[in-house]
Amino acid sequence: MSQIRSIAERRRLRGIYVLIALSLFELLMFGFLKASSEKTTFGFVLGKEWVWFHEWAVKSSQGAQIFTLISLALCGWAYLRFRNGKTIALAAGLVSGFLILAFIDWAAAGKFIPLTGMLQGALLLAAPLIFGSMSGLLCERSGVINIAIEGQLLSAAFTAAVVASLCNNVVWGLIAAPIAGALISLILATFAIKFGVDQVILGFVINVFVIGLTDFLYKKLLIPYGATWNYGLTFSAIKIPLLSKIPIIGPILFSQSIIVYLMYLIVGLINFALFKTRWGLRTRAIGEHPTAADTVGIDVNRLRFRNVLLAGLVAGIGGAYFTIGSVGSFGKEMTSGAGFIALAALIFGKYRPMGAVAAALLFGFSDNLGSTLSIIGVSIPSEFMLMVPYIATIIAVTGLVGRVRAPAADGVPYTRGESH
Amino acid sequence: MSLELRAITKRFGALIANDAIDLKVEAGQIHAILGENGAGKSTLMNIVYGLVAPDSGEILVDGKPIKVTQPSDALDAGIGMVHQHFMLIPVFTVAENIILGHEKLKSNRVLNLEQARIDIKRISEEFGFEVDPDALVEELPVGVQQRVEIIKALIYDAKVLILDEPTAVLTPQETDELLKVMRKLREKGTAIIFITHKLREVKAVADEISIIRRGKVVGTALPTASQEELASLMVGRPVDLTANKSSKSAGEPILVGRDLTIRDALGRAVVNKANFEVRAGEVLAIAGVQGNGQSELARAIINLEDHVEGSLSLSGKELVGLSIHDSLHEGIAFIPESRELDGLVGSFSIAENLILDLHDSAPFSKGISISATEVLANAEKRVKEFDIRLQSIQDPVSSLSGGNKQKVVLARELSRPVKVLVASQPTRGLDVGSIEFVHERILAERDAGRAVVLISTELDEVMALADRIAVMYRGEILATVDSTVTREELGLLMAGVSSKKASVA
Repeated sequence: MSQIRSIAERRRLRGIYVLIALSLFELLMFGFLKASSEKTTFGFVLGKEWVWFHEWAVKSSQGAQIFTLISLALCGWAYLRFRNGKTIALAAGLVSGFLILAFIDWAAAGKFIPLTGMLQGALLLAAPLIFGSMSGLLCERSGVINIAIEGQLLSAAFTAAVVASLCNNVVWGLIAAPIAGALISLILATFAIKFGVDQVILGFVINVFVIGLTDFLYKKLLIPYGATWNYGLTFSAIKIPLLSKIPIIGPILFSQSIIVYLMYLIVGLINFALFKTRWGLRTRAIGEHPTAADTVGIDVNRLRFRNVLLAGLVAGIGGAYFTIGSVGSFGKEMTSGAGFIALAALIFGKYRPMGAVAAALLFGFSDNLGSTLSIIGVSIPSEFMLMVPYIATIIAVTGLVGRVRAPAADGVPYTRGESH
Repeated sequence: MSLELRAITKRFGALIANDAIDLKVEAGQIHAILGENGAGKSTLMNIVYGLVAPDSGEILVDGKPIKVTQPSDALDAGIGMVHQHFMLIPVFTVAENIILGHEKLKSNRVLNLEQARIDIKRISEEFGFEVDPDALVEELPVGVQQRVEIIKALIYDAKVLILDEPTAVLTPQETDELLKVMRKLREKGTAIIFITHKLREVKAVADEISIIRRGKVVGTALPTASQEELASLMVGRPVDLTANKSSKSAGEPILVGRDLTIRDALGRAVVNKANFEVRAGEVLAIAGVQGNGQSELARAIINLEDHVEGSLSLSGKELVGLSIHDSLHEGIAFIPESRELDGLVGSFSIAENLILDLHDSAPFSKGISISATEVLANAEKRVKEFDIRLQSIQDPVSSLSGGNKQKVVLARELSRPVKVLVASQPTRGLDVGSIEFVHERILAERDAGRAVVLISTELDEVMALADRIAVMYRGEILATVDSTVTREELGLLMAGVSSKKASVA
């Protein structure tokens, strides 16, 4: 072919080839060579939603054949879309989904797979990551690196649990948590924007500070006086009428606590505001070229300051999710690196809200898949199971996501008259 | 509308950037501000635009003093500025860039880009710009980006337009277009402040000329003044603008490139199958608008580029694949495009910078240590030879002026046995005096029988020094022409037009 292709086109084509190769590999391995004649049972029911059938049992080898053939067909569709110059993200996503199904079908031969439950678990694991990545997005898009997401989440998780316990009311916990997140942001904004401190070091220091402080208070306050300070109130799930009855997705999306509904709202709002409103245009401008924004009369540092505080509020709600949104009581260092995974999701998602959400869901799903498979007791070592999703992630990044470009002025303090 | 500056003074520490500057521009007038780099032109304009706060002085619009503490004050007063480094957001569309800071909203608080599109089209038609409101700025050629900047100023009714070194990034054709636009704006009554150090353009378009030297207005002139007069006002002493080039016939080819292709990290060919040869005793200029592959070609000669295909030989020896160290020791002197970034180690002393390339060989290296006495003795010698003005050879090289820094680079690079001198933008950002010195040195190397590759985007420099000129456009050597070529032909070639008149030599 003498046709000249752009880098993006070559990458997309390479992605399609990789997916075809993976489909063929899985068809061969799971459908024939290593196929099992035992039955795999997929469960679809979680609560009382309307369903036609509650589970589907299929011979593992046949299941694998069906799923991989569907993904091969979808590869063909993806190629046709590519030929017509259209995006292939949806097609590639579907192919990956069916490939994962084929893998599960093979790995869980002879077992029962609670498919709906697994997807719900994925969403629950992804929720704090999504909040964290939205916090990161608000900062980085305005040109401030936010390594302190972890600290924001942890301080808010602590505050939510304590305030909810003391007031004996979860709502007060949910109100206090964003304030805690914003206080951490205040430290970040003051030192990063006002004093131009290196933002990576600063974020790191804030995290160490929050971990130390919460550890101390946990040991001296929450453990001895747990009955009043940390007795584990939680929000109960709110079932949305009708919507929660939709098969498969209903119970996953619409039978959740208020915090998850807030998450939908926040993601939607940020996605809209960032690309369609004056605030969004200015925010993107100060993250890319603050001097240019300044020369048209935008107060760069003020907007940055505001956005970092806003990010703290968002991360704060995510922090509340760890305690009053799920397990109730606060545990030592309970965020265990979620802030950093959220940052990874943001970058993986190309600094776009929907991209970050997709990446967070993928991370949540990977996490959950590994544990589900080891719980139902598949023969493969669970460590190996945990690796598979990350290998898939690497393939997705090289084949489909392509080069990630951070906002050009990310991490650079702005002082008038100094740049250029 | 008229703009007047009264006794503007600005100090940066001990340096007086602007010393009681008075200036007046009337509506419908192009007022050129001529001065060397570092004379204080840009500081003055940044004061007018609210980016720098003056220590004292007044800005008056139509005779009334105004307060300008930030750019929005200047915009409100009707002052627009086209910056030397464009104030455009590369990942935004033209329309988004134009509305930024003045956003109009629809009733539901969503950005309204429609009005901006209409305004952009209206101004584009009025001035003959072809600007697509929905194009991404980073995908536009530099000349078009500049038009976007001009539209940005005009759309908010700028009555005073400051153009800061607007022609530095343009091809000769684009420059001519810009001068036309400036004349049109003048007819419409806009007051224009045109900052430049290019004498030809000043003479072509200015109504009045103020010359700034060391932060002071040292004189005014009319466009009828000769280039020599203007230059000597700018520098403060008589200047000879023509480099004295002796006629001399070139010898054997020394440096020969065959099908030389250079790729960037993404695999795109930034130089595509370049064929050229440089003979002993000649200057081959590689001309072209910035970003057409010249820089990469220069860097490839000492193997600073990673993905090089084809052949490049020096007196018959293949260079492609050698280490940088070995390439240098084959007899290549290299003056990099950015002396601060690639030519010098700013925090090292002048003496140390002078032996960066030879620190590992005798007499500077003794066993595992470096001989301080030899290093200092060498520095004393070089400083004298190249007339480097300094306080002490032990001072960090970053304390020197641009011209003296370039002399340090030259002194070091020419201290090895040299067959080829590669000079990449050797006079960028230098004052007229230093330019003279660098030009003389380059011609001296040529006359001593060395092959010289000169990479320059300055047409005047190319015309003055070159024996032959290779014009690069989008990574290809479009043509190699004799130095008898006219400016216009060269300009056309730089814009990618292969004219029949530009004979291939």
